[in-house]
Amino acid sequence: MAIYDVKPAQPAPVNHHGVFHWLRVNLFKDVKNAILSLLCIYLLYLTVPPLLDWLFFSATWSGSQDEVTKDGARWIFIIEKFDQFIYGFYPEHLHWRPLFVAALTVAFIASVKLLKSIKLKIAIILLYPFVSIIFIYGGFGLEVVETDKWGGLMLTVIVAAVGIIASFPIGIMLALGRQADNMPVVKTLCITFIEFVRGVPLITILFMASVVLPLFFRDGLDFDKLLRALIGITLFQAAYIAEVVRGGLQAIPKGQYEASESLGLSYWQGMILIILPQALKISIPNLVGSFISLFKDTTLVLIIGLFDILAMVTLTNSDTNWLGYEVEGYVFVTFIYWVFCFSMSQYSKSVERRFNTELK
Amino acid sequence: MNRTKIALSLAAAVVLIPLTASADTLETVKKKGELNCGVSTGIPGFSATNSKGVWEGIDVDFCKAIASAVLGDANKVKYVPLTAKERFTALQSGEIDVLVRSSTWTSSRDISLGLNFAGVNYYDGQGFLINKSLGVSSAKELDGATFCIQAGTTTELNLTDYFKSQNMEYKAVTYDTSGQTIDGFKKGRCDAVTSDASQLYGLRLKMDKPDSVMVLPEIISKEPLGPVVRQGDDGWFNIVRWALFATLEAEELGVTQANVDAMMKSDNPSVKRLLGTSGDTGKSLGLDEKWAYNMIKQVGNYGEMFDRNVGKGSPLNIDRGLNNLWNNGGLMYPMPIR
Repeated sequence: MAIYDVKPAQPAPVNHHGVFHWLRVNLFKDVKNAILSLLCIYLLYLTVPPLLDWLFFSATWSGSQDEVTKDGARWIFIIEKFDQFIYGFYPEHLHWRPLFVAALTVAFIASVKLLKSIKLKIAIILLYPFVSIIFIYGGFGLEVVETDKWGGLMLTVIVAAVGIIASFPIGIMLALGRQADNMPVVKTLCITFIEFVRGVPLITILFMASVVLPLFFRDGLDFDKLLRALIGITLFQAAYIAEVVRGGLQAIPKGQYEASESLGLSYWQGMILIILPQALKISIPNLVGSFISLFKDTTLVLIIGLFDILAMVTLTNSDTNWLGYEVEGYVFVTFIYWVFCFSMSQYSKSVERRFNTELK
Repeated sequence: MNRTKIALSLAAAVVLIPLTASADTLETVKKKGELNCGVSTGIPGFSATNSKGVWEGIDVDFCKAIASAVLGDANKVKYVPLTAKERFTALQSGEIDVLVRSSTWTSSRDISLGLNFAGVNYYDGQGFLINKSLGVSSAKELDGATFCIQAGTTTELNLTDYFKSQNMEYKAVTYDTSGQTIDGFKKGRCDAVTSDASQLYGLRLKMDKPDSVMVLPEIISKEPLGPVVRQGDDGWFNIVRWALFATLEAEELGVTQANVDAMMKSDNPSVKRLLGTSGDTGKSLGLDEKWAYNMIKQVGNYGEMFDRNVGKGSPLNIDRGLNNLWNNGGLMYPMPIR
């Protein structure tokens, strides 16, 4: 009796798998694609090696200015001015404080993600901004550092974070106000505010905050320039958040509203327990998009004489001993911005996955 | 850009509103124990921070001089960095007590902004930066030279006027932004660039080979830069003005940071009046009799400030030129203290 062994499958012919197959399907499918591919490879060949060479291989990483012999990037500038890029004019012996707040922020994000107890979460969320402000500004036994000493990446992050955190609840209230058909006064006010603020560029609002507002104050009443800018940015961002959230609210089927009412929930109960969780969930991509654009917009504060990380590059480039390092500075700032924006968008993706109930 | 225009016209509208600022700046400064000094957001040699984050520059030194005259301590200054757009409003609103930010003294600013220029601490003006390979040593030999210029700027206008008046011609390579203009010069598209002289020296240092280019001695436009105070507070105006004169007078009399203590015993009546060992200039300004002594001891005379920040002692190495004392061929002429 013949025994039939199942023969192992033959490997696919060489042009149907592996690198060659991939190349043929993706890059050289036909003449047109082949030409485009070759062109792109040639362009990459032209740009990437010199770029890598400038960035890394021919770069100067240490030593003094006089010792620079290679014609790549002179990262010694970044190293020399690093503290200023990160902390601005923040006193050197207190640098540990913003650093501590940065660590605190990481712990905060992790704990919000990991902790199970809602009450503990709320407590942490309420406590975190308070503790951060004390550590950065001072008070309660810590040396006070006035806001005009804040700068660099620290200021960029503070402005963005305050803008994002403070504008969020205001934005939600504005969105709800705009939907409140039974309260015409509130509705009109909300619409007026949203449409007015969205109709004005951020730079104008910053100018108003820094240049116009002080003229209306009597002497001594003048309050902090950074605070003024923060209020301006928060209101600006709130108007955009309001519109994003409104989009989310409108996408919730009417049945959900009716369901919450038929359960006997009050307006706020229905909103907090039924509508907003759904509306905010579908708004996440847009919310994060607007947060990222706010993060990048914060650099406009340089127009009112606040030194964010970009303004710090210009300033450190005015040091007569360190002239002509703009390119290194800007490349460094680009890298920092990319790291932050990319992290934000990755974080938003993970949040989206976590809240995606449909797959579960 | 439209946004900027809107913002600018808004700022301009605000600037035109007549203002009543605090009456007695001297009192306010003494009470605060600190001078709020408006500086730039980074102009090499004038006001910028060093690697330690400390403000330095000739404008910064003048802030320090005022602080030491008024408060007796050069370190009691709070530097308020201001952009060009917000500088005058910051002064009007009382956010700063004095503005020392390379601001050009012009009639429109002096007359209609509610401000007063207290003097000139740097005579700037449009100059030429040329490639040494051109082989000229004066602007009068620039006939036929190629210029990198930024289109539609006053510098371009000045250049055209100058060449017309000298019966010379130039070839222009035009660019849209100042960055491109400088880049063009760097890459050798032209023989020369023109800009305010104080900037040209900084520009020179940014070249790959700073020794291959030079700044010509000629200045073809007037940009007198000076400290600014609010209009309507004559006492404070006097203090700032005479602080400037005193630093110049000190240079003229040879009083320096190093020898000022010895000079306190000098018999020269001018030195005695300057340092307050005779006369009552300090008192009549509402200051300590040692006001000028404090300035010179803690910051130095004008020449020392100049050398340290923009002159021989700095990488910029700007020639004294117009900023020399009147008896050395410059324009700096301190009014006598007596």
